[in-house]
Formats: sequence, C-alpha cells, structure tokens
Amino acid sequence: MNAVVTASGLSKRYKNTAALDNVSFQIPSGRIVGLIGPNGAGKTTALKAILGLTDFQGSLNVLGFDPRKQRGQLMEQVCFIADVAVLPRWIRVREAVDFVANVHPRFDRKKCEAFLARTKLTPDQRVRQMSKGMIVQLHLALVMAIDARLLVLDEPTLGLDILYRKQFYQSLLEDYFDENKTIIVTTHQVEEVEHILTDLMFIRDGKIVLDADMDAIGERFAEVMVNADRAAAARALGPLDERQVFGKSIFLFDGADRAALEALGELRRPSVSDLFVATMKGTYT
Amino acid sequence: MKTFYWLVKREFWEHRGGFLWAPLITGGVFLLLNLMGLVAGEMFGTQHGIHSLLSNGHFLDHALSPDEIDKAGRVMDVVMYSTTFIISIVLGFVVFFYCLGALYDDRRDRSLLFWKSLPLSDSATVLSKVVAGTLLAPLIAVVCGVVTGIAMLLMFAIALSFHGTGVWHLLAYAHPFRVIANLVGTIPLYALWALPSVGWLMLCSAWARSKPFLWAAVLPVAVGITLGWFNLLGTRLVGSGWYWSHVCGRILLSVFPGSWLGANHYESVGNDSAHALDALNLANAYGVAGSPGFWVGAAFGLALLAGAIWLRRWRDDN
Repeated sequence: MNAVVTASGLSKRYKNTAALDNVSFQIPSGRIVGLIGPNGAGKTTALKAILGLTDFQGSLNVLGFDPRKQRGQLMEQVCFIADVAVLPRWIRVREAVDFVANVHPRFDRKKCEAFLARTKLTPDQRVRQMSKGMIVQLHLALVMAIDARLLVLDEPTLGLDILYRKQFYQSLLEDYFDENKTIIVTTHQVEEVEHILTDLMFIRDGKIVLDADMDAIGERFAEVMVNADRAAAARALGPLDERQVFGKSIFLFDGADRAALEALGELRRPSVSDLFVATMKGTYT
Repeated sequence: MKTFYWLVKREFWEHRGGFLWAPLITGGVFLLLNLMGLVAGEMFGTQHGIHSLLSNGHFLDHALSPDEIDKAGRVMDVVMYSTTFIISIVLGFVVFFYCLGALYDDRRDRSLLFWKSLPLSDSATVLSKVVAGTLLAPLIAVVCGVVTGIAMLLMFAIALSFHGTGVWHLLAYAHPFRVIANLVGTIPLYALWALPSVGWLMLCSAWARSKPFLWAAVLPVAVGITLGWFNLLGTRLVGSGWYWSHVCGRILLSVFPGSWLGANHYESVGNDSAHALDALNLANAYGVAGSPGFWVGAAFGLALLAGAIWLRRWRDDN
C-alpha cells in the first residue's frame, strides 16, 4: 500500500482551542476520502496542514514531501479547490488558462479547453461577471487539466444549485478520477458525496472519531426498523441512536450481532448522514 | 524565468488600470488641456486684435545663433520632461497603493488560496510584484510621458505653422534621445531608491489583517510624533528632523520618482536656470547613489521584503 498522506501525532492549537489534537491517519492512493465533521471540528485545519498552508506539530508526509519545507515541489503534484469563488475576480478565462498553462508543468491545455468547451464560458469573460456555478466550472476545468496525484476539495460546492453540484461530482468521477489519483473532500452536503466515497473519516473536536472504508462501514454499522412492541428489545442491544418514523423506531447499531438484529426487523445500511448525526450527537451542547 | 515572466504579466493584467491607463489618461488630459489653452489663446487673440506670441513668430526668421539654438533645444526638452513629470506624480500614487494592496487584496478576497494552489514560490511571487511596481510601471510611465511630450511639441509646431511660422526645423534642436536615455536610465535608480518604501508598504500589506494603509501611515507618523515629544521634553533620542526625512520620508514617500532630487542637485550643476536640466542627467542623478544612506535604505528595504515573503508564506488567516 503506497500512502499518499501519512500523518502521525498531528496537532495544531489556535490560542485556547485545539483544532487538531494528536491526530494520526493514513490515506492510500486511488481513494476518494470524505473528511466529514461539524463546523469548527478541524477539517479545514487538517487540509491546510496537508497543503502546507499552516504550521503544526507532529509529522506529516504528503507524497513523500514535508508540506512545511517542500511546498513548491509538493504543489506540482497536489491541486486544491478551497471553496467556491476564490478565483481572482479580475481574471479573464483566457488569462487564467494562459497563466496556469505557463506556470504549471503538469497542465494540459488541450484538456482544459475541451472542458471549457462544454460550458458557456467565453475566453474574454471575467470572473466577476460569472455566477458562482460558472466560477466553479472554470476552476474545475483548470484543476482537472492538471495531472496531479492528490486533489483536495474543501467545501467545493457550497452555495451552488443542485444542477451544478451534480455536474461537479459527475465530472470528477467520469473525467478525472482514476486509480493513480486520490481525492480528499470535505463537505456538509454528505448525501451528495456518499455514493462516490471509498473512505470515510469523521472528525470531531480535533480528533478522528471514525476512519474506515465504505465496505467496512457497511459491515460494522446497521440500521434496523423496529415495531414499537419490540423497541425495548432493540434498546437492550445498546444502539448508537434511535429515531421515530411513522410510529416505528429506527435504531442504529455499531458492531452488533447481525443475526440478533435481523430478528428485530428489517435491516439496512445506514446513510452517511444518519451515521454522522448519530456520531456527532451533543457536539454543540 | 518563464514563471517569473508570467508572474509579472499577471501583475500587469491585474493592474492594467494603474500601470497603463493612468499614465495614458494623464497624458491625454494634459494634451487636451494644452490644446484647449492653445485654442482659447488663438480665439482671444483674434477677438481682441492682440498678437499672441504664436503669431509673432517672425523672430525665428533670421538665422539662429548657436546660443539661441541651445536655448530652443532646452525649451523643447523641458516640454518633453514636463509631461513625464506630471505622469511621474501619478505613478508615485499608483505604486504607493499598488504596494499597499499587493499582498493584502488577494488575502481579503481569498484568491490567495488559488495562487497558493499553484506551484509558485512565495519569494518569486513577492519579487514579481516588486519588479512590476518598480521597473515595469515606471517604464510604461516613461514611454507614455515621452510620447505625450513629443505630441505636445508637434501640437505647438502645428499651431505655429498656422501663423506661417515654420518651426519644423527647430524640432531638430530638441534632444529626444537624450531625454529618453535620461528618463529610462533613471528607472534602475528609482527602483533602488524606492526599495525602503516598497519594502515597508509590502510588509504592511502582508501583515495587516485589515486597513493596511492605516498601519503603513500611522505607525511611522506616530513614532515621529513620539520622538518629537521626547525631544520637546529635553530627552533627545534621535533628531526628529532627521527621523522625518531619513526614516519616515524614505519608507513612505520614496515611491515618488525624483524624490531623491534635493537642493544639492540643483546647486551641483551651477545653481542657474540654464543648467537646471542638467540635474536630470544620469551622471548627476546617480550622484545620490554615492551616499551611504541610499544603500542603507536599499538594504533596509530588502530586509523588509524578506519579512514580507516570510509573512506571505506563513500568515494563516484565510
């Protein structure tokens, strides 16, 4: 297994809060990892550390480089979309393509132009004249034309309508992702990414509380819909979470015995968002 | 090298308004005002039967003595310098605010994160901004200034020719190449002279969380006032006059071209108006580079720039 990112004992403090608290993890190549956590959990700090944008304690290796010391070399292999609308407002489509083509050794101009041809963007258009969705289209066209090994996406679809959001992830999957590339994505719109993720990381208060691939999650967690008369029996098995739907109770179990659960009712795989809500219970209280 | 070229080009794209349009428009307005003056003069002269200087150009009919040729040449050189002089003042403001925003604006609108997603080193980024501000912008200003100056001369020549005074041959007595050489040759001097200001403004630009102008301007002025206050109380730390001119002035106002010219330059060329222009000659202008203060300032500017690069790398407020 060749790891793209290896972090051990990663810590970062802002004044009196720990944004990252002695975190260790490893991300292998060819994965799409969802880094999911509530606001202020340390997601962005973790990404910034990986990208060499912030200082930290502990050790971190990204593609064989130390992001603090070898940022220049690292950024030839790493791309990131930090948020929507961070393209400079004055730049024109033509200028953006020209600039990246001339400063990035791994940029493929033809590819970028092909991506742009699918959009309504025109070469002379300035970013300030574009909608949020169009800005993301431009940014994505630039980034997907770069043959990078790691792509970091921090809330890439924030504020976009559903058409742009669907298109965004679809383009990434169809035209970009392959086994040599790795994508790390943070988002609050969990429903939209859950079927493209291969791995899931939950982060809470600067700690990784869940780090597993999707198959393992399917095996470990289970949701059972139980009739009211058997709810007590289900509670006895120590569920992670319980909610009511149409007079029935849905219980979420972590690592419970499958046979025992099947006896209670219909078994299914929990959605990432339900899992997230259950795991993060009490974060803001 | 190619990356650096594109970095400078990026600065030009972003600041086309200040670098190109500001000098062009200034030159254009200057020409227009002169044209309006010329036309008004003509009208006034015709209405009141006053012979303006222009229509009274017969003094040019006789053969000019070498002394008069020299004088005519000087006058025309002054015209050419004067347009560049006006544009230089504009350039000073442009460079001042350019430096102040250079490392701040993209932090404010978060486009910094886009630039940082590319394999660009922070030192190359900061240095490209220094080059854009201290070499590219002045070069464009000089080109605009000289072109406007020549256009002015042509305009006057055309106006005179309406009065039957052929002055075209006089134009040969001007020294456009000397003027251009002096102006272009001064740009490296300008770059070195402006370093302390550029360094200080960019440091503030990279450091300030908000309102870089206030930090850049208020801090040195506050220090100056404090020094003055101590001097008033009789505890003389540093001469406050020295501070204002050699520290505060250098870190804020050196971006204004020609701010190195002092009374001593004028004196050194003979202190008379006939030789005033010689103060702009390269040998004379570069005389300022002979003082240790010039080089101390440049070194101090570089140190400030190193600080700005460090802040650019590690400032984490996005």
